[in-house]
Amino acid sequence: MPHTPSCTAQKTFDVAIIGAGVVGCAVARRFALEGARVVVIEKGGDILSGASKANSAILHTGFDAPPGSLELEMVRAGRAEYLAIRHSLGLPLVETGALVCAWNPAETAKLEAIAAQGRENGVDGLRLLTAAAARATLPGLAPGLAAALEVAGEHIIDPWSAPLAYLTQAVMLGGVFLRNTELIEGAFAGDWTLRTSAGDIRAASVVNAAGLYGDTVDRRLGLPAEFAIRPRKGQFVVLDKAAFAHVPRIVLPVPTEITKGVVVCPTAFGNVLVGPTAEEQEDRVRATVEAGTLRALLQRAAEIVPALAGMPVTAVYAGLRPASDSKAYRVFARPERRAITLGGIRSTGLSAALGLAQEAVRLHAGFGLPATSRPPAPEVRLPNLAETRPRDWQQPDHGEMVCHCELVTRREIEAALDSLVPPGDFGGLRRRTRAAMGRCQGFYCQARLAEMTRGRLSTPLAVEEAGS
Amino acid sequence: MSGIVDVVVVGGGPAGVAAAVELRRLGIGRVVLLEREASLGGATRHCGHSPFGMREFGRVYVGAAYGQRLDAEARRAGVDVRTGCSVVTFDAACRLTVTTPTGVETLAARRLLLATGAREMPRSARLLPGDRPVGVVTTGTLQAGLAFHRLMPFRRPVVVGSELVSQSAVLTCLTHGARPVAMLETERHALAPAPFRWFPALAGVPFHAGVDLLDLRGAGRVEAVTFRRADGAIETLDCDGVLLTGRFVPEASLARQSGVALDAGSEGPAIDQHGRTRNPRVFAGGNVLRAIETGGWAFREGRAVGRAVAADLARVVESGAPRAVTCEPPIKLVVPGLLTPGSDEPPAFRHFQLRFARRARGWLSLEIDGREVWAAERSWLPERRVLVPIPPAAANAATVHFRFREHP
Repeated sequence: MPHTPSCTAQKTFDVAIIGAGVVGCAVARRFALEGARVVVIEKGGDILSGASKANSAILHTGFDAPPGSLELEMVRAGRAEYLAIRHSLGLPLVETGALVCAWNPAETAKLEAIAAQGRENGVDGLRLLTAAAARATLPGLAPGLAAALEVAGEHIIDPWSAPLAYLTQAVMLGGVFLRNTELIEGAFAGDWTLRTSAGDIRAASVVNAAGLYGDTVDRRLGLPAEFAIRPRKGQFVVLDKAAFAHVPRIVLPVPTEITKGVVVCPTAFGNVLVGPTAEEQEDRVRATVEAGTLRALLQRAAEIVPALAGMPVTAVYAGLRPASDSKAYRVFARPERRAITLGGIRSTGLSAALGLAQEAVRLHAGFGLPATSRPPAPEVRLPNLAETRPRDWQQPDHGEMVCHCELVTRREIEAALDSLVPPGDFGGLRRRTRAAMGRCQGFYCQARLAEMTRGRLSTPLAVEEAGS
Repeated sequence: MSGIVDVVVVGGGPAGVAAAVELRRLGIGRVVLLEREASLGGATRHCGHSPFGMREFGRVYVGAAYGQRLDAEARRAGVDVRTGCSVVTFDAACRLTVTTPTGVETLAARRLLLATGAREMPRSARLLPGDRPVGVVTTGTLQAGLAFHRLMPFRRPVVVGSELVSQSAVLTCLTHGARPVAMLETERHALAPAPFRWFPALAGVPFHAGVDLLDLRGAGRVEAVTFRRADGAIETLDCDGVLLTGRFVPEASLARQSGVALDAGSEGPAIDQHGRTRNPRVFAGGNVLRAIETGGWAFREGRAVGRAVAADLARVVESGAPRAVTCEPPIKLVVPGLLTPGSDEPPAFRHFQLRFARRARGWLSLEIDGREVWAAERSWLPERRVLVPIPPAAANAATVHFRFREHP
């Protein structure tokens, strides 16, 4: 018999969730709130190790989603639930609104149709604006602006704290999170037996939320091959805090068939984000940045908002979106195998995650399993990382400023390291605290962080004690 | 912290301490020095190799000892030294928001002196390609890790850069059991002066100039670096880290966020011959003005600006109308980049400091109101200080311009 993880020994879970991206975290929370015993299996060293770590952090309205699509339904449901629970989870909402900007007559001509589709999608707060009226709400826009469509409901959230809060709530309800645990094979015989890199796990049902590996996991579970993942890379540039004043709202381009295009938007952390690109690739692991592409993004940003020209670059990153061979979300339920696949969540996963979790529970209800009783929802309050609300450095007795660029205190870092879902790697620590994410990228604080995180991260910041 | 103090100095490196001490020596009553780290010294605290203090204190200090001497000087002079205090922002009237270990405080000052220093450009701002693994660090991070925590971030790094600091970084590696795999420079020649630039070869570290960095690989930690050599060949080196050296930039974010105008060339606060920014209450000195000079240079510059602030305190604040000093490529920066007319105070800066953006051969000349008053012809190298005396007439001129005629 293969080795079984000690925490899962002798135990059959109600639901095993494969993948701890934003969708997996939301699904774990929802099932745990329904009273299910859940286990989350993550191949990476931490949550958000794949597609979910790199996105534009926009809470979408669904104004540009395909009418009648599952994606639209999920975005709307997910958004509504986020707005309903965010106070109780301590999650931020930066109410920026967005401007879909047209820069020529051809683009202007499309705005009316985009607005009409948005209304058909049930989205309020859509308003066609002249260039002057648009600039009144965002004075930094370049003079070449032709017209704009205002979408008042597009907002900014913290893309890392939200999924962390979802999973934390699941863990507080007894959910188990297994990192560095890759699904090798699953067999269904009344219950599921999941063979993983860390031993066997038994569960009544499985939910595939494996993102970039959604098709692979379906295959390993022996489920019919319904779709193929076609990774789409997006590169981003993060500009210095000084840029924030120039971009108080989300600036969207008129979309093309392929992508929503390059967005210039504020972040909850007080920066400005430019991106993403949309580059098809085979590789599901590497998301490289390229100097030429990053320069082109910087140039495009300065064309849209001229004051951004020459603005210092704080960070660059790239992510892979789990696009598939179809534009639609690939959601399948197989009651006879008690399996649900939430696949092909190509670009709106952050907004749709809570909606997809509701959908998974709805599909699961059709599996004919006995109902569970709902426990009271535990209180979760994550430390606030957003600039719209007070942060720890403003509170008394924080002890010490460790990261001066992002104003991160020692107390915050210690709290993250000792939390219910602690960071598994340096990226995870950065996403939980913002430490070393600022303009100096750790020039001042990384040595201190190396010391504070000794023995706590899978890839340590320091290889060893110095020789002499 | 109540009441209005005379001067707040932000930054406890050589420039900030020298300014604060000079202000006290000249009889200024309340001088507060804010340092966000736990001790004074700035970057000198972790520079294990460079000797400091010869000219200012008549003896040599290494690393933290120099900071301790600065601390002793400041306290002896009656400077109100406050460490662990990070300035978040300040307004045009010099009201500062400061976070301290116990909470947020506000502080008002009649004058503010920014001495926030410089740092190396990180991987992101260099737009380096590839993955973003653990193990890509700057010299500052390496040396701070060793000096304060005895931690080493890698064993076989590729060193990027060939400035003086790069040579020091290689030495740091070698003396702490790390073996640099190679030293790469994107410029066509090593940037450090001889004999320092010969050091990697003597230490057996292969040096490649004129390279293009093509890829940086690593899932968790750095695994390999791929680059195109000057001869076009593509080479991949296995390594466990990348050490980014040099490419210093002023740490001017506090100034930028607080609305102090920056100079496009230096990326530090634009200052006039007294060290005064476009906000007449705010001064700046040391390596925040331009990257970078030695600790001793920063010390003397801080002292000179401190003197100018002391003189300024005796006057009514008025926004003089400073004029911009102009220059043309490949001149990268001129400090001071402003000149305020009609001032009879002796200036803090007696020279223009220039830097070139690249290696160039040709005539450098200074023109005042269209008339050439100074010229020199030679090869000009990047990252080297060029000093041109500020003629007394410059302050009252309509135009002050540095021209460059490059030899074909």
